[in-house]
Amino acid sequence: MATGAAVSLAGLTRRFGDLVAVDGLTFDVRPGELFGIVGPDGAGKTTTLRMLAGVLPPSAGDATIAGVSVVRDPEAVKPRLAYMSQRFGLYEDLTVRENIEFYADLYRVPADVRPARLQRLYRFSNLGEFENRLAGALSGGMKQKLSLCCALIHQPELLLLDEPTFGVDPISRRDLWLILHEMVAEGVTAIVTTSYLDEAERCDRVALLDHGRVIALDSPARLQASLPGRLFAVRAGEPRRARDVLAAFPGVRIATLSGESVRALVAEDAALDADALRASLEEAGVSVHSVDVADATLEDVFIARVANPSPPVGGQASYQVAPSSQPEDAR
Amino acid sequence: MSEPAVVARDLTRAFGSFVAVDRVTFSVAAGEVYGFLGPNGAGKTTTIRMLTGLLRPSAGEGRVAGVDIAGDTTELRRRIGYMSQKFSLYTDLTVAENIELFAGLYGVHGARFRARRAWVLAMAGLEGQERRLVADLPLGWKQRLALGCAVLHEPPILFLDEPTSGVDPLARRAFWDLIDALAAGGTTVLVSTHYMEEAEYCHRLLLMNRGRVIAEGTPVELRARMTEPILEVETDDAPRTVEALTGAPGVIEAAMFGRAVHVVVRDEAEARAVIPAVLAKHGRAIGAMRRVPPSLEDVFVSLVRREGGAAVG
Repeated sequence: MATGAAVSLAGLTRRFGDLVAVDGLTFDVRPGELFGIVGPDGAGKTTTLRMLAGVLPPSAGDATIAGVSVVRDPEAVKPRLAYMSQRFGLYEDLTVRENIEFYADLYRVPADVRPARLQRLYRFSNLGEFENRLAGALSGGMKQKLSLCCALIHQPELLLLDEPTFGVDPISRRDLWLILHEMVAEGVTAIVTTSYLDEAERCDRVALLDHGRVIALDSPARLQASLPGRLFAVRAGEPRRARDVLAAFPGVRIATLSGESVRALVAEDAALDADALRASLEEAGVSVHSVDVADATLEDVFIARVANPSPPVGGQASYQVAPSSQPEDAR
Repeated sequence: MSEPAVVARDLTRAFGSFVAVDRVTFSVAAGEVYGFLGPNGAGKTTTIRMLTGLLRPSAGEGRVAGVDIAGDTTELRRRIGYMSQKFSLYTDLTVAENIELFAGLYGVHGARFRARRAWVLAMAGLEGQERRLVADLPLGWKQRLALGCAVLHEPPILFLDEPTSGVDPLARRAFWDLIDALAAGGTTVLVSTHYMEEAEYCHRLLLMNRGRVIAEGTPVELRARMTEPILEVETDDAPRTVEALTGAPGVIEAAMFGRAVHVVVRDEAEARAVIPAVLAKHGRAIGAMRRVPPSLEDVFVSLVRREGGAAVG
C-alpha cells in the first residue's frame, strides 16, 4: 500500500452470489485529486463507492482511507468522508434549509463557517430562493441538487459522489463542477462517478471500469491520446444512415452517432482518408456536408474500449402506427 | 392537413400561488420527435403530466391524439405510452411478469399479447432474460424494458420524461436508435432530456424556463439564434481559466467544455485581445484560441440567462 495516498485500493473485490461485481481493483487516489470513475451500467462503479464509504463490506481485498482500513475499521472511515449515494436520504417533510442544517448538525459543522458554505451552495444550486420550501415539493433535479448541498456542507477529507449530476440541468451542472473544483483546490480529495463523459474530462485522472475491472486508468488527455487509429467527424444529411454505411465500410472500426455528427474511427493500417469516406457515403446515396479529422474525446475512448456494453437491440424495433389509431371522431 | 398529434394552448398549472406552467402553447405533428429542454423546475415534467392526464390543467387546453386532456383520461391513456424518470417497472417482478402486468393494464390479450411480448423482448435485447428479476438488471436494460412496456399497446403517441438520466453513453445511443425507429414507424415522441447531444436528435425543441416557453425551433434554428461569438480556449487548467475570465471586459460567459473553455463574447476582435491579456495577468498560459460554432448547450445557457436566469420561480 502506497504511503501518502488519500485512498488506496488493494485487490478490492465484491461478489453477490455468483456475480463478481467488483473484481480485484488495485489503484491509489492521491490527496487533492479529482478522480473520475466511468463505465457502462453494471460495471461496478456504485459498488466500489459503497465499499470505500464503509457501508458495504468487501468480499476480498481491502481499501484504506487516509490509512484506515474499510475492512478492519469501517466506522472510523465514515467521519473522514462525505458519501452521496444515488438514493441520498432527504427528509421530504423538512424544508430545503432544514435538510442542510440537519446534515450540518450531524457532521458537527461549526456554526461560524456555516453561513459562507450555505451561500456558496445556494449559488451553484439556485436553491436559495426556495430555502423554505419542503423538500418533497421540489422537482426531481432540484432534489438531486439539495442532496448534493447536504453532502457538501460538511467539508470532509474525501468526497464520494455517485452520479452527482443525475437529472441535473446543464447550467447547474456547470456551477456544480466549479464548486467541486474549488473544494479540490482547497485540498479535498474527490471520487466521482458520472455518465457524462465531458464531465469526466475535467477530472485529474479517470478509471474506466468494465465488468468490475479497471480497463484503463490515466489522465483524460493521455486516455484520449491512447485511442488507436484516426478519428473523423462526419456531418451528413441523414446521420443515422451515414453511420450505418460507415459502420459497414472496411477499415472503419467504429461508427457512432454523437449529437449532429457521426464519429468514425478508422483502423491505423487502413488507407482511408476524409476523401475516401466522403466518396463511400456519396456512393451509397448519402449527402455529405463535411468530413473532418477530429480529436478524440473521452466518450470516443469509452466507446472504443468498452467490450460488451449491453445486449444488442434486436428484432423489428418499430411498430406501424395505423392511421386508424387516430380517433375516428374527436369525441 | 391532418390534425396535429399534440396541441397545447395556453396550458397552465398552478400549485397554490406558484405557477409551474404558464400559458404554454405548441403543437406537434404526427411522427415528430419533439424535445422539451429547460432547467430543473422549469415545468417540463408538469407539462408532460398534464398532457398524459395525470394532472388537471388550471387553465388552457390540450388535445392529444384528438382527445381532450381535461376529458376522458381512460380514452387518453389508451392512445399514449408514458415512461417517467423512475421507469415505473416493478423491480421485485421478473422481466416476463412486468410485460404481462402492463399487457393486462392495456388490455392486450391472446395472440396479440404473445406477439407483443416477443416484440418487446427482441426490441429490448432481453430474449433469454425473461425470468430475471428487474431489480438485477443493469440500468440500460431496465430502461429498454420500460420503453417496451410503455409501447406494448402500440400507442400513436409516446411521452418520455428524462428517460436516459444516468444511463451510460452506449446504452443511451441504443435507446435513441429505438426512439428513431419508433418515429419512423409513425409514432409521435415527446421527450424531455438534459443531454444536449440527445436534443440534437429531436426534430424540434421547446425550451422552457420558469414555466414559460422561451424558444422553439429545430436544433439548426436554435443554434442560429445565438449571435454572440464563441471562442474555444485551450488551457491546462480549465477551472482557473473560467474564474479568471468571468467578468472580464467583453466576456458574457465563460464555462468549461470538456477540458477546454468556451467563452461567449460581445465582439470577437476585442476578445482576441482581451483574453490573452487577462489570462497573462492571472499567470495563465494560453493555448490555441479559435472561434467555434455554438453547441446546443451554449444556446441553452445563453437563452436561459437572457430570460432571467436559471433560478426557477
